[in-house]
Amino acid sequence: MNVALYAWQRATAALMAPLVLVHLVVIFYAMGAGLSAAQMLARTRGSIAWGLFYGVFVAAVSVHAAIGVRTILIEWTPLPRRAIDGFAILFGLVLAVLGLRAVAAVVLP
Amino acid sequence: MADTLQVSLWRGGSDGRYVDYAVPARESQTVLDVVTYVQRHLDATLSYRFACRVGMCGSCAMQVNGRARWTCRTHVSKVAEGGKLTVAPLENMPVIKDLAADMREFFGKWQRAKGRFAPSKTRNDPVEPIDPATPQRRAADAAIECINCGVCYASCDTVKWDKDYLGPAQLNRAWTLVNDVRDAGNRERLVAVSEGSGCHSCHSHQSCQEFCPVGLNPTRSIAGLKRKSLAAYLKGELKP
Repeated sequence: MNVALYAWQRATAALMAPLVLVHLVVIFYAMGAGLSAAQMLARTRGSIAWGLFYGVFVAAVSVHAAIGVRTILIEWTPLPRRAIDGFAILFGLVLAVLGLRAVAAVVLP
Repeated sequence: MADTLQVSLWRGGSDGRYVDYAVPARESQTVLDVVTYVQRHLDATLSYRFACRVGMCGSCAMQVNGRARWTCRTHVSKVAEGGKLTVAPLENMPVIKDLAADMREFFGKWQRAKGRFAPSKTRNDPVEPIDPATPQRRAADAAIECINCGVCYASCDTVKWDKDYLGPAQLNRAWTLVNDVRDAGNRERLVAVSEGSGCHSCHSHQSCQEFCPVGLNPTRSIAGLKRKSLAAYLKGELKP
């Protein structure tokens, strides 16, 4: 890992720490209150705040996880660095696309 | 104390095997004494490396019962398990023969990490006074007593997993020079330790600190390099 990847991984980790906490609180709240899917969607659809919250979350996860997976592949597989870099970028993009699709599904009106 | 030690020594290259020897047990006996006994009395073809015998030169490190140690300062009574000793060449390095590990990669990485002092003055300049109480000098002094034995390198998980990783001793050395106000090579040094498989690859497992025979803490030095290079990167002084 070079200094740029290190900076991105630490920055996204710092960003995710409070986001994860809010995310968990939201899950406990929604489950505790026994909200139905329709009631949840009624709260999230058209909400710029939830769109921004989970949009930033997905972006941070995609960057953070891609860098982490790259390190794991370097240390645990004999694959060449170029292949590992390519796979890590692809992995990050897949996470971003899947995550943003999910955000769009609950936020777009 | 038993009269005889059961000693298994690695013989041959990487495809070698352990060979057992019976060595008389003595008081205040070091692991290096045991290895030397085998070579002097049982098999003169045994290869191993040592020089000073008093913990200064860093030549005699080996794996003793699975753990990297400086053999000249390791008493048998402290490490023998049931009168048994197993001694092998240092891990994370190729084997030359028997107990001698090939340290070329170790010292090559020393150069890659810019572990060489880069003078900022000539012999014609007056000697620069160095205040030992400054934070920079204290940071350098805390890490300076490395004897290059390779114990930390042989014990490091990151070295094991990433063959390009610079290594704890090398990064520790770089940190002493980063804190040396007389050194003029720090721009290149920070670039060298911040590239892929440099200081940022360290997982802070702290095996180097745990195993260092002279009580240094390379993990702390590496953390210092991470901070320093991150600050330089964020200020735009360091382009990866």
